[in-house]
Amino acid sequence: MITAAGVSVRLGGALLVDDVSLELRAGEVLVLVGPNGAGKSTLLAALAGDLPLAGGQVLLDGRGVGEWGAVNAARRRAVLTQHNPVSFPFDVLSVVEMGRAPWRGMAEEDDDDSVIAAALRDTGVEHLSARAYPTLSGGEQARVALARVLAQRTPVLLLDEPTAALDVRHQELVLSLAHRHARGGGGVLVVLHDLGLAAAHADRVAVLDGGKVVAVGPPAEVCTAELLSAVYRHPVEVFPHPRTGLPLVLPVRSREEDGCQS
Amino acid sequence: MNRRVVVLFAVLAAGLVVVSLMSAGAGQYGLPVSDVVRALVGKPLSDPYASGALWAVRFPRVVMSLLVGAVLGVCGALMQGTFGNPLAEPGIVGVSSGAAVGACLSIVFGWTFLGAFTAPGTAFVAGLLTTLAVYALSRSGGTTSMILTGVAVNAVAGAAVALLMFVGDQAAREQIVFWQLGSVAGARWSYVWVVAPLVVVTVVVSLAVARRLDLLALGDRQARHLGVDVERLRLVVVCAVAVGVSAAVSYAGIISFVGLVVPHLVRMVVGPGHRVLVPASLLGGAVLLAAADLVARTVVSYADLPIGMVTALIGGPFFFWLLRRTRTRGGGWL
Repeated sequence: MITAAGVSVRLGGALLVDDVSLELRAGEVLVLVGPNGAGKSTLLAALAGDLPLAGGQVLLDGRGVGEWGAVNAARRRAVLTQHNPVSFPFDVLSVVEMGRAPWRGMAEEDDDDSVIAAALRDTGVEHLSARAYPTLSGGEQARVALARVLAQRTPVLLLDEPTAALDVRHQELVLSLAHRHARGGGGVLVVLHDLGLAAAHADRVAVLDGGKVVAVGPPAEVCTAELLSAVYRHPVEVFPHPRTGLPLVLPVRSREEDGCQS
Repeated sequence: MNRRVVVLFAVLAAGLVVVSLMSAGAGQYGLPVSDVVRALVGKPLSDPYASGALWAVRFPRVVMSLLVGAVLGVCGALMQGTFGNPLAEPGIVGVSSGAAVGACLSIVFGWTFLGAFTAPGTAFVAGLLTTLAVYALSRSGGTTSMILTGVAVNAVAGAAVALLMFVGDQAAREQIVFWQLGSVAGARWSYVWVVAPLVVVTVVVSLAVARRLDLLALGDRQARHLGVDVERLRLVVVCAVAVGVSAAVSYAGIISFVGLVVPHLVRMVVGPGHRVLVPASLLGGAVLLAAADLVARTVVSYADLPIGMVTALIGGPFFFWLLRRTRTRGGGWL
């Protein structure tokens, strides 16, 4: 659905994304992980068509992402950015309605009401629909922003840290929504910081370090103690969940060792 | 449609009619509203000169104040919407200060190549050029860059006006001071017919882009993800504002606070959606300026106070109160 071929991005002289080739396939949740400054958000922005490329190309449904034009691109891919401030006190319903903008004047416009209602319900913000967006908590704002993105009803979803501000229940909710979207034939690219969430919910994981993809594949193959310890420059342990067998990823916590040394 | 919206439009429309009639009747030669209505529908008045005075002096003045107020209100809403910033007003992109330079040039050097239209004409062109210069200089840097470029250009324009006042003679200085204070006195139908089409252009464009301005509240990048060509939208809006405000300022001088306050008031009542905000700011600006002109002409007998002074004097403290109130109630900007 989205193909990056040899993509490089340079901002202010620094090479933030270095010759990355990656494909988001229909029906999968592809999770992008990596340490701070690895270039995850920059790569996501490049895939969304937000940034000029220093090299390579990004194809959206087989065509250069910039060649679609803003409206046509907006009917194919929706993007959730990390921060989503709204400059005026629009109520939640109006914010989610904005997600329908690309479909104005199309047959899909007839579905606006049902799509908006579904997006509000799926993200658990129905009860907030009359509230002013700026008065919501960070986690509530994040879910409303996600509802807006879902209301866009695009095959491709690019989500930059959708779980960062959320409690455990809502983290799981968001990733199960991503799954449902993928099962329905869509493609979802998610940037995550929580390696446990990544290992549990990804169909494939791509590990980014220093602007390069150092590994990509199913979590069981990619999430190894050796690779993650090297990438994060911190010892990481991986062991199977006692009940499900899924990989659990935990950083080695140094409290006892510190205690011994002091 | 929302009931508050209907009520707001009804109140504004009624206010427009009442204020206009009162304003046309008030002045050194006072007329009852019934006479104003009679004159409007073409019936003879007891005083044959009254009808002539109404049509030649009062009506064009009232219409001019409505036009100028309407365009300032609309452009305030446009600027705040495009810049996603509640403090934006038309002046930040240099329209008013640029127009001031143009007006001062023609006053100081006594240009008359367009007859009575020379000062307004040069003010209009200078306002337009200044705005487009600010846009061209800051295009690539986003909204913050445009606002900062506007600050720099406004400073230079202020210096140019100061220099022109220094160069000019006593009479020119006086004229410049009064132009800068703002006034719709001396409006004639010939001026109205020039300003009106420009105002109409601005209003039509602003109504056409209103829906898309909502999306800019999410941020430039997010609006682009939703299919908005942000660069082009911003260019269209800046051009519309430049045309409308240059036209208004060229005749009426600098009238502050209308563009800033009116959209805030409307948002307090009906929320921030631009499909309502833009037309309501149009009516609100018109009512406010017509009322300010009425005050300017009647509060001191035998004196025509500068209207820019009236709007700033009432608008400043009012705006401060508004900010305090919003802050204490929470919920961020209006």
